[in-house]
Amino acid sequence: MPLKRKIQELQKKREQVISGGGEKAMEKQIAMGKLTARERIVSLVDKNSFSEYDLFVEHEARDFNMDKKILHGDGVIIGTGTIHDKPVAIFAQDFTVAGGSLGLMHSRKITKIMDYALKMRMPLIGINDSGGARIQEGVNSLAGYGEIFYRNTLSSGVIPQLSVILGPCAGGAVYSPALTDFVFVVDKISKMFITGPEVIKTVLGEVISMEDLGGARVHSEITGNAHFFAHSEKESIAQIKKLLSFIPWSNSTKQEIVKVKEPKRQFKIDQIVPDNPKIPYDVRHVIKSIVDDSDFFEVQEKWAANMVIGFGRVGGKTTGFVCNQPLVLAGVLDVDSSDKAARFIRYCDAFNIPIITLVDLPGYLPGVDQEHAGVIRHGAKILYAYSEATVPKVTLILRKAYGGGYIAMSSKHLRADFVFAWPGAEIAVMGPEGAANIIFRREINEASDPEKMRKQMIKEYKAKFSNPYVAASKGYIDAVIEPKETRNLLLHALKVSEQKSIGGPKKKHGIPPF
Amino acid sequence: MGKQDPDQKLRYNSIYIDDTKYKTQLTTKYKNRKIWEKPNDNLLTAYIPGLVNRISGKEGQKVKKGDRILTFEAMKMNNRVHAHKNARIKRIFVKVGDSFPRGTVLVELEPLD
Repeated sequence: MPLKRKIQELQKKREQVISGGGEKAMEKQIAMGKLTARERIVSLVDKNSFSEYDLFVEHEARDFNMDKKILHGDGVIIGTGTIHDKPVAIFAQDFTVAGGSLGLMHSRKITKIMDYALKMRMPLIGINDSGGARIQEGVNSLAGYGEIFYRNTLSSGVIPQLSVILGPCAGGAVYSPALTDFVFVVDKISKMFITGPEVIKTVLGEVISMEDLGGARVHSEITGNAHFFAHSEKESIAQIKKLLSFIPWSNSTKQEIVKVKEPKRQFKIDQIVPDNPKIPYDVRHVIKSIVDDSDFFEVQEKWAANMVIGFGRVGGKTTGFVCNQPLVLAGVLDVDSSDKAARFIRYCDAFNIPIITLVDLPGYLPGVDQEHAGVIRHGAKILYAYSEATVPKVTLILRKAYGGGYIAMSSKHLRADFVFAWPGAEIAVMGPEGAANIIFRREINEASDPEKMRKQMIKEYKAKFSNPYVAASKGYIDAVIEPKETRNLLLHALKVSEQKSIGGPKKKHGIPPF
Repeated sequence: MGKQDPDQKLRYNSIYIDDTKYKTQLTTKYKNRKIWEKPNDNLLTAYIPGLVNRISGKEGQKVKKGDRILTFEAMKMNNRVHAHKNARIKRIFVKVGDSFPRGTVLVELEPLD
């Protein structure tokens, strides 16, 4: 056969595989409001930058008449491309081929690209759209999942791993996204659960829709499994690109310095925080008055909204922000917010991203539900994460920092490199009302007018202790600063701590409370 | 953010921490949290949904700690419900063949006087 014909043969073979599950299945996919697997990849990567591998891989299943079935690409596309002109590894499950079900060869394609990503130190982006395990392949498909989970864990903290849920992702399959760093979901398209509505109905008699059980909103607001919520696939893809503009390409990649733009003038740092510590405000305005170009990219916006986390640049360098949000639940620490902050701190630490912590919290959330949900062990995560992190850590106390919350929020005692406080900061064991009620209980009870006495004692306590100077006198705070000095000082603090190097005792690994 | 704050119109609730009342917004999860109640020691409540397949106790009967009162099937397993103390069976709320959701009160005991 002459080469020309061989080339034609190749082209024909390619076309066949690229047709996926055929026209009808493609139409169905589009009717569901979804892009096809290939369209997704194309819209994600730089123009013409995608190279596909393992196009001609075929499954080896023989049982249940599988030997007569041809599954193009075995239901998954793998390859490498570039985003922002930097390399990325991608796999995208093709729902049009056997429902994107995962069989042995399907999983081998995925693990192959995962191995490339780890070896070549580039981010891995997994696009999930699959009905789950290919039952006909039995234990082989379970083995496939296991191989994927193992590699997710191996790559964790070395390369960024992004999971994009653009369809169902059910059963064991959900554990790959759960092991990765960031999960992207799209309203009405993403569905994640361990056991679906059918099983729940049969076994438990509970009737629930897929959407209410494990839709995008559920995972963005209730479970915290998702990090980024989008209304459309297009928006989701834009979010992926935005995230990748902030994060380093691997744990050994030096951060790129982006041209510095000053924060926008509409965010006036000295006019955001009310004097009265009981009055709320949106801490994101403070962040935007600090970060370059007021560009703050929030992670897990809707879940545990009493804690705000996300990325911004300070002096051109990506910085992680961990901030109490007085606007929601008075900014308390609780089970979810501790969990949220701790994981983000560990992400930043793994990828050498400095952390700025903005503190304004009344303490931990009281309640039986919190205690019984294990706020002790969940709350411990944040202490662990901050103590363990060796990246530059700069803390700014905006207003209140009471009790255990003060310690937890990157205090000097957990080895924050710099702790600053605004003049209105109150660093104390608890708020003045609670403290006065305990310390002056007898004086109040024995007074002829207890209410008057209580007020006087609160006032006295406030005057004496509700300020940053007691902590500053012990060196627990490095400097008390004016709000307008904030950005320059943070820039300086990050600059001087760039070469930070600290060590701890030798160990295999610690045992964080998770 | 003073005058420029677009969130000024937000409606606030309050939350108490250490005797201090803070103005803030509440989350749906917080609003939907279950208010704790002391469990009633006399009620045997289903910790899992199931299907009753055998009833061995009778209303009015005296039972000793550990006596079997009924059996139900859940998650393909037979689960036995025992008396957790010496008591009298006041009421049995289910019969053989009934399926019930989690949290259903199956049996009420009354203390022996």
